[in-house]
Amino acid sequence: MTTLSAPASTRRRRAKAPGGASGLWTATPMTRLILAVTIIISAFPLYYMIVIASRTNTEATDMPPPFLPGGNLGENIQRVLTNPDAHYLAGLTNSLIIAATVTVSVVLISTFAGFAFARLNFRGGKVLLLLVLLTMMVPLQQMGIVPLYRLMVSLEWVGSIKAVILPYLLNGFGVFLMTQYTQQAVPNELVEAARVDGASTLRIWFNVVLPAVRPGMAVLGINTFMLIWNDFMWPLIVLTPDNPTVQVAINSLNAKYGTDYVLIFSGTLMSILPLIVVFILFGRQIIGGLMEGAVKA
Amino acid sequence: MSLHVDAGRPTRAPMPPGRRHVRPRSGRSFLTWLDLKAAPYLLVSPYYLLFLIFGLFPLGFTLYYSFFDYDLTGTVEWTGLGNYTAMLADADFWKAVVNTLAMFVIATVPQILLALLLANALNKRIKFQLFVRLGVLLPLVTSVVAVAVVFTQLYGRDWGVVNWVLGWFGADPIDWKAQRLPSWIAIATMIDWRWTGYNAIIFLAGMQTIPKDLYEAASIDGASRRRQFWQITIPMLRPTMIFVVLNSTIGGLTLFSEPTTFYNGNVHGGSDSQFQTVSMFIFEQGFREFDYGYASAAAWLLFLLILVGSAINFLLIRRIGGNK
Repeated sequence: MTTLSAPASTRRRRAKAPGGASGLWTATPMTRLILAVTIIISAFPLYYMIVIASRTNTEATDMPPPFLPGGNLGENIQRVLTNPDAHYLAGLTNSLIIAATVTVSVVLISTFAGFAFARLNFRGGKVLLLLVLLTMMVPLQQMGIVPLYRLMVSLEWVGSIKAVILPYLLNGFGVFLMTQYTQQAVPNELVEAARVDGASTLRIWFNVVLPAVRPGMAVLGINTFMLIWNDFMWPLIVLTPDNPTVQVAINSLNAKYGTDYVLIFSGTLMSILPLIVVFILFGRQIIGGLMEGAVKA
Repeated sequence: MSLHVDAGRPTRAPMPPGRRHVRPRSGRSFLTWLDLKAAPYLLVSPYYLLFLIFGLFPLGFTLYYSFFDYDLTGTVEWTGLGNYTAMLADADFWKAVVNTLAMFVIATVPQILLALLLANALNKRIKFQLFVRLGVLLPLVTSVVAVAVVFTQLYGRDWGVVNWVLGWFGADPIDWKAQRLPSWIAIATMIDWRWTGYNAIIFLAGMQTIPKDLYEAASIDGASRRRQFWQITIPMLRPTMIFVVLNSTIGGLTLFSEPTTFYNGNVHGGSDSQFQTVSMFIFEQGFREFDYGYASAAAWLLFLLILVGSAINFLLIRRIGGNK
């Protein structure tokens, strides 16, 4: 976070200096209004989710609509968990397994490749890296679904979470991010010095690179987890409703019980809780990672 | 990111002195060769293995399938470019293209403007900086399906909050799902709610790389704040703008989850396909009609659409920045 807080402190110092552009950085009432309205709009749908999830269906369709939480949350959650069509608990478990497996693998694969691209010279390395960048521009998920689905059919993997996990492991953004991060966090001299000391490549990775790129790995891990947790199209194709991910389970509820708002909202509310926990624990890293990545890309 | 913390730390375990010099023994030199020449390839190989299986293979086969005609009985027939010519004459496909483009424009233009405004506000000296930034980013952590579920309720015809609010102004309730434009607007607001804050944070990062001296010099020259925003901030943001716009283009043209959830999980996109996107069209052809060839051809046309869209937007942004 050092790079993020640095501009703020320079700004503060500048502001004290007489004249100059100090006024430009002062928050006006307009600034505060914009930010306050934004935060209210950001939070409102989430708040509304709690409101409806804790009501009854009669109250949810009242006019005017309710804006305060009611007392039926426990009962509604009970109904979601025992609903015979949603298989909600299985969905929750599957989503956790899928997201965790993919996150760990993608971070490892990307850290390995990032180290090779950033700090090892090898023939063809530049071309291979360019290939990664090119594939980032291709919407593989839309482009490849038909053959991927048929591949899963012929492997008889349809309905199993293996079929969801494996294609997700391909993540060009991760390789790109870790290459950038390694370039910046691991000085070349450090690698050279370890080499002179006789360390093998794997040992350098473990003892020199790994400790230095840990913050980058955290950012990539958080991003990947959120991305996989939220993905919807591929699990919808390749899984069956009786062994879903949490998003597919919500979709089953939505398709079968379209007017049972409190049921759907309770399911939705539970599905975002893990993400909210991640957000609260790692919010600082998420914002830092986003801002770093944007400037470099 | 705190880079300095770990980067300067020396290697923890000193290496055994015996291996300090590579000895010209044959076994050892093979290991050295393995370590120096082969290790980089081994390190990048997992990615390329995955790329081969889950990237290149499906891409190639999508092209291959697109030349065949599949029907429900399982017969497969070579049609050459038949799928493509049929699709170019298919009103349903063009409807999906128009829907996708319209939602993309309705969502993206206000989103970029709002994100710039928001980023400018975030760039001021404010209290509770982290809290405010997290608040702005909050929608991003919500799953797309969850967003769509809530907004579908908010846009409900009979009991929705939006119609209720419109009622204060004497407007008749709108059936948001029934017609094209209202459904596009409803879906565009879902996209904007989720992504405006994210783009604002990206713009903020870009704004913080602009040297402060530029603004000071402009102030001394008497340029107003508005003028500084348009003549310094916007042109200097060009690289960030390109990143944001290309990202939105790919995301917008592959739109799937929001409109699907808006129609209760059905990929038909409304009774008359009024908000079916190209991604939903591909899904419907491939996994509802089981016409793999047609779906594959649609996937390639979508790719073409994305390439053209990205190129146009890229040139547009360069133009905008270049004029200033």
